[in-house]
Formats: sequence, structure tokens, C-alpha cells
Amino acid sequence: MLADKDRIFTNLYGFQPWNLDAAKKRGDWADTKDLMSVGPDALIDAVKASGLRGRGGAGFPTGMKWSFMPKTPNPDRPSYLVVNADESEPGSCKDREIIRHDPHKLIEGALIAGFAMRARAAFIYIRGEYIAEAKVLMAAVQEAYAAGLIGRNACGTGYDFDVVVHRGGGAYICGEETAMIESLEGKKGQPRLKPPFPAGAGLYGNPTTVNNVESIAVVPTILRRSPEWFAAIGRPKNEGTKLFQISGHVNRPCVVEEAMSIPFRQLIDEHCGGIRGGWDNLLAVIPGGSSVPLVPAHQIMDCPMDFDALRDLKSGLGTAAIIVMDKSTDIVRAIARLSYFYKHESCGQCTPCREGTGWMWRVMERLVTGDAEPHEIDMLLEVTTQVEGHTICALGDAAAWPIQGLIRHFRPEVEARIARRKGFVQVPGLAVAAE
Amino acid sequence: MPKLTVDGIEVEVPGGATVLQACEAAGAEIPRFCYHERLSIAGNCRMCLVEMEKSPKPVASCAMPAADGQVIHTKSEKVKRAREGVMEFLLINHPLDCPICDQGGECDLQDQAMAYGRGANRYEENKRAVTEKYMGPLIKTVMTRCIHCTRCVRFAEEVAGVEEIGAIGRGESMQITSYLERAVTSEVSGNVIDLCPVGALTSKPYAFQARPWELKKTDSIDVMDAIGSNIVVGSRGAAVLRVTPRINDDVNEEWLADKSRFAIDGLAERRLDTPWVRVGGKLQKASWAEAFQAIAAGLKGLSGAEIAGVVGDLCAVEDMVAFKDLLAGLGTTRIECRQDGALFDAGEPAGWLFGTGLAAAETADAILLIGTNPRHEAALLNVRLRKAVKKGGAKAFSIGPDVDLSFPLTQLGDDAALLADLPAAVVEAFAGAQRPMILVGMGALKTPGLYEAARAAATRLNVVRDGWNGFNLVHTAAARAGALRLGLAVDGGINALMGDAGVKALFLLGADEVNVQAGRFTVYVGTHGDRGVAHADVILPAAAYTEKAGIHVNMEGRVQRALKATQPPGDAREDWTIMRALSSVLGVKLPYDDLIALRARIATEWPDLATDGLIARTATLSAVTAPPLRGPLHHIYSNYQLTNPIARASPTMAACVSSLLAPESREAAE
Repeated sequence: MLADKDRIFTNLYGFQPWNLDAAKKRGDWADTKDLMSVGPDALIDAVKASGLRGRGGAGFPTGMKWSFMPKTPNPDRPSYLVVNADESEPGSCKDREIIRHDPHKLIEGALIAGFAMRARAAFIYIRGEYIAEAKVLMAAVQEAYAAGLIGRNACGTGYDFDVVVHRGGGAYICGEETAMIESLEGKKGQPRLKPPFPAGAGLYGNPTTVNNVESIAVVPTILRRSPEWFAAIGRPKNEGTKLFQISGHVNRPCVVEEAMSIPFRQLIDEHCGGIRGGWDNLLAVIPGGSSVPLVPAHQIMDCPMDFDALRDLKSGLGTAAIIVMDKSTDIVRAIARLSYFYKHESCGQCTPCREGTGWMWRVMERLVTGDAEPHEIDMLLEVTTQVEGHTICALGDAAAWPIQGLIRHFRPEVEARIARRKGFVQVPGLAVAAE
Repeated sequence: MPKLTVDGIEVEVPGGATVLQACEAAGAEIPRFCYHERLSIAGNCRMCLVEMEKSPKPVASCAMPAADGQVIHTKSEKVKRAREGVMEFLLINHPLDCPICDQGGECDLQDQAMAYGRGANRYEENKRAVTEKYMGPLIKTVMTRCIHCTRCVRFAEEVAGVEEIGAIGRGESMQITSYLERAVTSEVSGNVIDLCPVGALTSKPYAFQARPWELKKTDSIDVMDAIGSNIVVGSRGAAVLRVTPRINDDVNEEWLADKSRFAIDGLAERRLDTPWVRVGGKLQKASWAEAFQAIAAGLKGLSGAEIAGVVGDLCAVEDMVAFKDLLAGLGTTRIECRQDGALFDAGEPAGWLFGTGLAAAETADAILLIGTNPRHEAALLNVRLRKAVKKGGAKAFSIGPDVDLSFPLTQLGDDAALLADLPAAVVEAFAGAQRPMILVGMGALKTPGLYEAARAAATRLNVVRDGWNGFNLVHTAAARAGALRLGLAVDGGINALMGDAGVKALFLLGADEVNVQAGRFTVYVGTHGDRGVAHADVILPAAAYTEKAGIHVNMEGRVQRALKATQPPGDAREDWTIMRALSSVLGVKLPYDDLIALRARIATEWPDLATDGLIARTATLSAVTAPPLRGPLHHIYSNYQLTNPIARASPTMAACVSSLLAPESREAAE
């Protein structure tokens, strides 16, 4: 269990005010100038040494991502940092807590990260529905400007750095990094083709790095407490602390900062008061937000919660938005609801996702009631593979994976519903007359 | 020069090429819907997926830059499955209405479904239906068929320069529509019909007219403007049913202006199909012999000096040569082609050609328009100019009425005096330019002295230099450059000719844009019952541009040949045969009996007109002195649609005019 002294987000629950004075008391902005004095390359090396992997879902090493940015900025093509605060993944609610209770961690992180990648400005793209959070964030940015922490000569370092808060329009796809860049430019939020990657040509065609809120907000503390401290937490290649967001059938759903690689059982017992109805009542868990495949109870119970362990279970840590489902859950219906979500949020740009998400959702809806033929299960599985990997962005994959997870682990349940609906129980190998 | 391997074949492609182009270079066929050579890359149809070694996912070959050492597979099982998958997705919501779809037979989706599809349908849900969108009188929409390739959106934005087609909604609900469902305000909108890979956007006038395999396809040259667009005339029997562009990168690229594409229904309306003779003030049908006799009678006692001719805008070179020869036999060389009243030095071709050339126009870096609206006068030239400005960063200025050319343009006002006293911004832009252009419109050239002022400005701005000729006249008449090459111009232009009371007999060869007064013996040879016949004493029915083989010279002086697609209606005959027959009756028999002999005659006097390519011109312009000028300049056209007898007879063009004047209004609760 993570010791209190090792917590980065010390005001996660808002017991203290979010404002600058309170943030400074918590240690933010204390020695930002000193942290930055080592220069951009040393900062990137430190983040690399900390082992920080992107907290937005894909888990790409953050320091390496920053190192793709140009080392000698072209004044005609300034570099930008875009902070992805468009937290729309069903189950995820960590960035929201950071922004409303500890916004200065994010702003300070943006300054340091921006300086490390030689960016001229940071654009914080905040989800449109986060109204109160956007108000807090904008006020915090104003405070930081007024205190000279950002803007011209930020923190007295001689570095000019602006922070712009931009509110989204409420589309899930704008959380995809290139769709976010399109949206920031005022266009319809549709992912771009890669290559070119944002580090080469991103916002307004200029070098851009898009980072998750949590990835940015942890940076100042990592630098203050040393990369080694951060790297000592969790398993190798899955270092650090992480905000876990546990929702669903636990006794006390919560957002909590914990060490990476904490076993699932420990996480639930210590922070959530256990599974509703006890551990025997656990059916399945979606461990990383709606777009990762579910994991059945027996596999997840003692699994370390980190990128690699969950990948080995053919799922993923994603944003660490853990959706717990007990045995009262209609698991087919739950996944059908996710299919509806992806059908609703598909941008419609490329063919497999535009057409496939609707198809998958419609079949899923029929599987809920069993109004289908047994062979349609395999057909559905094949349709998911026709979508997966064939689209411009990862939304196609995200729409396919939950269904693949369902069929992988709960195929008997789906088959049983079809059989029930047909009014007989199928006996394998028995031919049925007049069919 | 990246070197890569496609299906085991090593190919080297130019830098900047895509994997798709590399695959084509290696002879591998890559299916595609959204990709188009002349549009930006969208990469959204996913049909062109190929397998690339070291990439876990198949890559969209249209969007992936070719790089050294890539190993591409286009025939693997993975690729086959990807294509089948995408094809299936495209088809699940595509209606099975091929039997009643106008795209049938030339549909990319149909063809590729045959080649790359699975053959059976596994989709058992309800298909999507999409409400129709109104896109004006030219484009018919059946949006349920749309596969969202966004070619039309990209064409409108990137080529036509009107951001009026776009996608609304997202996911399954994404729909392509025009802005507020209004007609697209572009002169090149019809190209989206060719671009659309399915039957979502089809030609409204051509709806349900014919299947592509029923059409006889004849290579021809368009005469609706002076671009000389290369076209294919699709005809069935005597009827021209549609016109589509042919690719010619020097002229029209792959595009066609709307008038060229849609005015063809005017070929079947108001046609002259028999000779007419005015008897007692009234026109009466006559036989050819009677008509010729009436002409002979009308010319009796007139000397050559009392006879003159006007050639129209749509004539082929052969027609005009026979016309010139006939009138020469009658003793006159007074023939004028500038019906619109434009005044300029009709001598040396460099002085009146579109000297820069159409293809080179898109490389210009400074542009000065003088009294011209290329959007109306030469829509495809405007597409080139837009490229120069938007892609090449050229600076564009306009003297003349305010005009929206779909690209950034500094409007300097319409006072002709500006030419002598150019604003500093213009002088500065031209001083730094490598490839400057001046474009003078026919409307401006109606002002006497304007031509000299433009020439003087061209000298001052140094637009004619080594290897670059930046002095351009924007012609609007397809026949004009050919006529000028034949020397069919008189001092003082059309006004001097028409105002000369000494002219007692007038021959009009398809001349419908000129005001003919009663009181002269007038012979009209042409195709339509249009303005030219109003005061004609004898009317001889002739062949329209699709009904004869002919040489056409476009505004840049490019000689191109059209083939004959259909027969002229009724008793109408090809123009040169009329001249030949009439010459016998008048006793000045022309020395050629067939087209080969006529072309041989052309080749002896004007060898450059007998060979494809550009006509001869000098590389420099002589200096001229310009008189002081003032007063407003005007454009030649007040509208795009009704500029020649065929277009004026066209119901489609009429529908375009009325849709622009009174857009179809939609009322509530409809």
C-alpha cells in the first residue's frame, strides 16, 4: 500500500482549497525555477529515468515522447504542448479530480514539460461537460499568470510560456490526440492520418506533443523527489504511482492514488471496502476504461494492476478506470451498452468504424435477448476483427475489444441465451429435425 | 529516391511518392475510393490497405509515404481479408438499387465489389436510409448511396474554392450535404459527378437517359469558352446525351466547366433544320436551291466593298476558312470576329494570345486582372489562378468591378485610370515577381485605348521576359484565336463595321452576339434561332460543334481537333459545305470538295493551324504609347450561363439562372 508520504496528489479529495496559496503550502511552485535550471535535455532524461508511462491509456513512455520534439525550435514553427483533459472514457474520472482540486500541479507540470520540449505554449483541452472544473482551471491559470509563474519570464526563468484553456464540445473522439488537434484548430473533430505524427506536424502544422493530464501533473513532484523515488514504486517497466478509479459493484467506489502493480484484491479491499456481496460474488472487471476487454473474476483477483500484467491477460490498464461487475450484472447487456457508446461516438470518417460500430451494436442488442442464430457469434467476432486495426485511429479497436472480451470469456452465456430464446437447450452433436 | 519492394518486385519511386504509387509502379493494382490524384489525401475509405512488414497493422497505402526498405505485400491473405472486410462494410448500408442507378456500369463500388468483395451478404439488420439533399439543378443526389469518401467535399474546398459541401453528423449519421441545401455556387460543380465513385451524385439533366454502354463516345473539343477543354461526347443516335472531360494536363486537367457539361441539351432546342428566306417581311421555309437563289439575288449589283462578314464564337477553323474564301471570291476581306466589340491589335499573335499558357498560369507569382472575371469567362482558368494564389502564394490584384474569384484578391477599383498610375502595392508585388501575369478581359477591351494602356503597363511591370510571357488576353469565344490567326479582323472592330452605311450586304457565320440592324441584306449561317436570325433575309442551317469535325484554337493558341459525333438535324449541313455549295451558285467556286482538300488548303497558308500544338508567336512585345484613360471598366458577361446560342437554348442553363435568381425556397411544415 502506498504510504501517505509518497502520495503526489495530496489534495485529491478537495479537503483543502485548490487555490494558489493552498497549492504553495502543499509544495507546488516551490522551486520551479531551480527544477528548470538543469535545462530541457536533463529534464527529459529525468522523466525517462523515472519510468513514467503515459497515463492516458496507451502507456507510451512519456520521456521518450518528449524527446521526439525538435531540439532547436524554429521561430516560424513554434512547438506546442497540448494537455489532454478531454476525459471521456466511460469509467474514467481522475483528471477531473486533479483539475478541480489540484489544478496548480497541472499548470506547473505544463510549464516544466513545455520547457523540456521547448514549447512556446500549452493548450489544455478540457472536456466540454466539465463546466465547474473548467472554471477552476481557468481561475488557477489566471492566478498563475498574476503571480508571474507563467506568461512572460515564467517563474523568473526568462522563459516565455503561455497556458491556454480550451473547452471541448463534448465529443469522445476529441480525446484522440490528432482529433483533439483538429478540434483545437476549429475543425470538426476527426483523427488525422499518421504519419505525419504530431511531433513533426501537429497543431497548426507545428511540432506538438499531446499528453494526458495525469502524465503532466506528476512531473513536478517526480523532479522534486527524484526520478529514483518514483521508479522505486511498482514493478519494473510499470513504475510509479497511479490514480485508480474504481466504480461499479464495490462497497465504496472511489478515486485513489496507489502504487502501480498493486494486486487487484488489495486495491479493492483496502480502498473500496471489498466487492459488493463478497469476493465470491465478483463476475468480471473491466480494468482500464470501457475500451479494454473485460477480465473474468478468477483471472483478475490477484492480478497486479499495471500495464504489462493486464496486457498478458489480453486486456489493458488503460486509464486505470476499473469497472467492477458482480454476479447481478447482465454482462451481455453491459457490453451492448458500450457498443452503443462507440457507435454513437464514432466520428464517421473511415469506413470500418463508421459502418462496423453500428453493425456490432445491432448484433449485440439481439444477443442481449438471444434473438440471434448461434453462428452469428462467430460472425460478430469476425466483424470485430474486420474493424480492429483497419481504422485511422484507435476508436475502431476500442469498439472491437469489449466484444472480443465478452465472447472470449462469456461465450457460454451468450449461447445459452440464444438457446433459451429458441425454447430448447442445445445438446452438442444432436441434429435437430426440421431446422 | 526511395527503393522498396512490392510483392517481391523492387521499385524506385520519386521522393514524396506514396506506397500506393509505388505499388502501381510495380504493377500491383490497389483498389481505392477516397484517393484521387488531384485532391488531397483523406485516407478514410480504407480500401487501399496493404501489408507492410514490421507494421503490426495493415497500412493505408494512399497515405503512407514510400520509404527506403519497405517491404509491401498486396496479394497476401491479410490484405485480401482487409479488402473484403472494408468492401463488406461499404456494402452493408449501400442500397441494392443498381438497376435503377445512373452510375450503373461505371460505378467504382460495383466494379470493386466484383473484384474484391466476398459475394454474399451477412448483414441482416435494416439498412440505413438518408434523406435527399438539394444541390441545385445540375446535381442529382441519392445520398443513401453515399460511401462518405469525401471526394466532393475536398473538390469543392480545394479546387472549386467554395466551401459549400461538407459532412454533418458523425458516425453512422454522417451525411454529405451542401450548405443549407442550396445550389453549389461554383462554375465547376459538375465535376463532383465524375468524382463521385458511386451513384450518390449524378447528373440531374442526364438522369435515366442512357446507360454508359449504350453511348457512342467521340473525342471532341468544347466550345463553350475559349479554354478548349478536351471532352468526350456521349451520343445515342442523333442525340448528344452527355459530355464528360478527357484528361489533358495542358488544358483542362481532369475538369470541365458546368456550361460545357450541361448546356448540351441546347443542341436539341430551337435548332435551324431547314433554310428560310424572308419574303415580304416574313420568313418562309425554303429549299437550299431557293435560299441560294435568294442570296444571289440579294447580292446582285453589289461590289465587294459593299459586302462584309462577321464570324461567331463557336466556329471551327475550317468553317471560317471557307467563309473567308467565299467572301474573298465576292471581293471582300472585311470580316470581323470580335463580336463583343473588343478592340486590340489583331496582328502579331503575341499581342492577343493568352501568352502565359493555361498550365503555366498556375505557377504565376503575381497576377493583375484588368476588367476580367475569369470565373465566368474561363472557369477552368480561374481554377488555375486559384492554385497559383492558394498553393503558390501568388499575389492577385484586380482592376474592374468587385468580383469574388474564390481566392484572396486585392480589389483596386474599376477606374481605367489606375492602369497608368498603378498602386504601390502592385508595383512592389510585380517588382519581386519571377512569373508575373497581366490578364486583360474582353469587357475592358471595349474601352478604346485600354489595350494600349494594358500593353504599356505590361512593359512597365516587365511581365514579358526571357522564357516567360506574362501578357494575356482572356478570350471568351472558342473561335476567337483561330479567327484572329486567319486575320478575320478589321480596323475599328465590329462597331466600325456595323456602323458603316456603305455595307449593303452582311454575312453572319454563327454570329449571334452582335446587334444587326434591319435595312441590309443579311445572310445568317448558323445553328439556332437566336439573335442572329432576327433581321436575316436568308437563313442557312448549319452544324453545331458536335456535328462536325473541326480544328479549334484555344485562347493560348493551342490547335486541337474535334471529331464528329452526330449528324446535324434535318437539312442542316456542315458550314464549310454550305460555303462550298453557295460558292458555285455565286460563280466563285471554292477549290475544295472534301474536308481533306480543305485542310490541305489550310496547311498551305497557315501550316501551324494544320498541326497540333501551339501556333507561332513572337517572344517579345513591341512598345506602345497609351492614351490617358478614365472611367469604369466592366466585365464582358453579366452571368455565366447564357453566353452563346447553344447555352441560351438550353433548358438546364435556364434552370440554373432561375435557381440563382430565386433559390428554391422551403417553407415550414413541409
